[in-house]
Amino acid sequence: MSMMKLTASALAIAAVSATAAAARDQVQVAGSSTVLPYASIVAEAFGENFDFPTPVVESGGSSAGLKRFCEGVGENTIDVANASRKIKDSEIKACAEAGVTDIIEVKIGYDGIVFASQLNGPEYTAFEPADLFNALAANVLVDGKIAPNPHNQWSDFNADLPSEAILAFVPGTKHGTREVFDEKVIHAGCEATGALEAFKASGMDDKAADKACMELRTDGKSVDIDGDYTETLARIDSNANGIGVFGLAFYENNTDKLKVATMSGVEPKTETIASGDYPVSRPLYFYVKKAHIGVVPGLKEYAEFFVSDDMAGPSGPLSEYGLVSDPELAGTQSMVAEEKTMGSNM
Amino acid sequence: MTDATSTPGAMPHAAPKSSLLTLDSRVRRRNAAEARFRAYGIAAVSVGLIFLVFLLIAIFRNGIPAFTQTFISVPVELVEEKLDKTGNRDIEEIKKVSTFGYKPLLVDGLTTMLADAGIENPFEKPADVEKLVSASAVGQIRDYVISHPDAIGKTVEFRVLASSRVDGYFKGRVTRESLVRDKNLDAEHLDVSDALTESGQMKRSFNWAFIFGADASESRPEQAGIGVSMIGSFFMMLVVLFLSLPIGVAASIYLEEFAPKNKWTDLIEVNISNLAAVPSIVFGILGLAVFIQFVELPQSAPLVGGLVLTLMTLPTIIISTRASLKAVPPSIRDAALGVGASKMQSVFHHVLPLAMPGILTGTIIGLAQALGETAPLLLIGMVGFIASNAPDGIAAGFLSPNSAMPAQIYEWAKRADPAYYERAWGGIIILLAFLMTMNIIAIILRRRFERRW
Repeated sequence: MSMMKLTASALAIAAVSATAAAARDQVQVAGSSTVLPYASIVAEAFGENFDFPTPVVESGGSSAGLKRFCEGVGENTIDVANASRKIKDSEIKACAEAGVTDIIEVKIGYDGIVFASQLNGPEYTAFEPADLFNALAANVLVDGKIAPNPHNQWSDFNADLPSEAILAFVPGTKHGTREVFDEKVIHAGCEATGALEAFKASGMDDKAADKACMELRTDGKSVDIDGDYTETLARIDSNANGIGVFGLAFYENNTDKLKVATMSGVEPKTETIASGDYPVSRPLYFYVKKAHIGVVPGLKEYAEFFVSDDMAGPSGPLSEYGLVSDPELAGTQSMVAEEKTMGSNM
Repeated sequence: MTDATSTPGAMPHAAPKSSLLTLDSRVRRRNAAEARFRAYGIAAVSVGLIFLVFLLIAIFRNGIPAFTQTFISVPVELVEEKLDKTGNRDIEEIKKVSTFGYKPLLVDGLTTMLADAGIENPFEKPADVEKLVSASAVGQIRDYVISHPDAIGKTVEFRVLASSRVDGYFKGRVTRESLVRDKNLDAEHLDVSDALTESGQMKRSFNWAFIFGADASESRPEQAGIGVSMIGSFFMMLVVLFLSLPIGVAASIYLEEFAPKNKWTDLIEVNISNLAAVPSIVFGILGLAVFIQFVELPQSAPLVGGLVLTLMTLPTIIISTRASLKAVPPSIRDAALGVGASKMQSVFHHVLPLAMPGILTGTIIGLAQALGETAPLLLIGMVGFIASNAPDGIAAGFLSPNSAMPAQIYEWAKRADPAYYERAWGGIIILLAFLMTMNIIAIILRRRFERRW
């Protein structure tokens, strides 16, 4: 019966597959979707230049990547986790419990976070952290008192801004970008407007006041975007009065649709972010499992290639794509070469 | 009714109380209702057709450009001092020169090409000329040198991809105005591109690499192709076919022909019907929990994708198989049993062959559905994955990480560079072509082999 043959071959295939599942010869990478483009550029060039196979790069978010990274040591776990934030102590602990103790932390450079709006939309060209706090926070300072955010238009609190209805698309809480946005923009704005003092004066301790500062309004004027920047772009496209939060690289690839606003008077550019003048930026990392070096072929070469001057240097392809090169790249290079793990040099 | 000679106007005095020939108000209302319903129906069909037409126009208008790509023919001198310092053509030493080492050669090649064609070189920095060509060009030259070491020292003409911005200029995606704010390319590049097109060194031609090539990173969208994820989809479909067809057919034959009718089989039947309505993402999370976390099969592997899609396709196949088994008239079974066949013989020799066209149609439709499925693949890591390596064997085809066509389209659609947007539409055209082919095969099978009683 042909049916029998079909079943038999299906079983045979399944059996062959199960035995072949053991060996792995390519580096596996997962993690932050912000780091994904950089990692895939490196992986591609790595495959071109070395005899090792092209590393496998997946996204999924910093937290998801680090979680998989911390699942343990062995063929079935990933070798490298990309992250758009530093690994948390809780994650280091989870790693250690699963047997992942020696982790090499590699800082690849910086990523700027920019505020952009429709190219031909309203004149959103200059923001201060205080403006975004006044526009988006749940509770703001009105006449010296804490009150639920009453602002409907940007011009309600800053006459220099256009009189357009407030609408902002900010990254959802699962994004590493959101954390930076909360801390470097909203919290900074909270401090600048004096709301932080007012929160403290109302009897909150430091922690509660910080938290109250970073709470965003929920009346639909601040919209959380859980998807990628493409989704934010689509929302901006259909809402002329909206502003969106983007990565610098994404903005630079879509300058035909977006215009960017300065933050505290500084235009977001590779140079201003590298010098630290532009306030909203964050370091990008990847984490390497030391136990896999020497076991998975090409892992160390990949890590070294990633931070080499040719790739991550100021004129390399990563910086051409939008990464802000780390001025201390040389230190990172020697750290990777010596396989220094976290904690051993701190 | 048959009395056609009498017209209502002919005998006004004897008008009956009601007649089919005179329209009283109720009849008129009913006729009007029917006319309205027909109009609704036509409107509904035309709305559907209009949507379809819009969809197809949108897909083809956006997607067709992805099938052509701009190429530049550039002669590159493979300088010996740079590529093989010792001059002994040792392949290991040649390999040590990385793609970055080839960059100056390419820049020189482009500069000479401009000079030879009599085009003024407008670039302040000589290296700027390199922005005309794709980042993949240096890799292409390096591969050539490694496979042809004797070419070192000669000048070889390479046909390299133009960069995605230059390509976009010819496709109308990039305009001079938009370049003012773009740091990836300047208006000078476009002047040079126009001049090169005139001299015939820059040409737009069909891009086979889009159909058969591998995915590329975000810095070189011009190089990306759907080929590798097509292979991923192919291996997934193999798994689905070889698992769901035998399991589905065996299950339905048993349920339809052999199983006793009791509460248990009723329960199973209800569950199968319900399973067909379960959202596909549920199968994805099941696959993640069972196949990856419990059985520890590799992430992103087409084998896992195939297994998940098998679960999804099974109910479709079981339901259509049972329907086609049911459609075989009982007289066939009775006749077989009557001449002394066993129950199994009657099923396998007579019922199953007659039901086969229906089963195959159901299977193909199920496969087509599975081919276009993205949601379950999200959870097993086949989305958000850069499909850059073609598998080097059958086992690797099943096990090494890969993407699938719909996942690849999704991946392209969310990338930053606008050139990927066009590729996403192009990918849709290819996927649609596959689905159409499968559906047409299903229709042909049904037309040719279906028996009616």
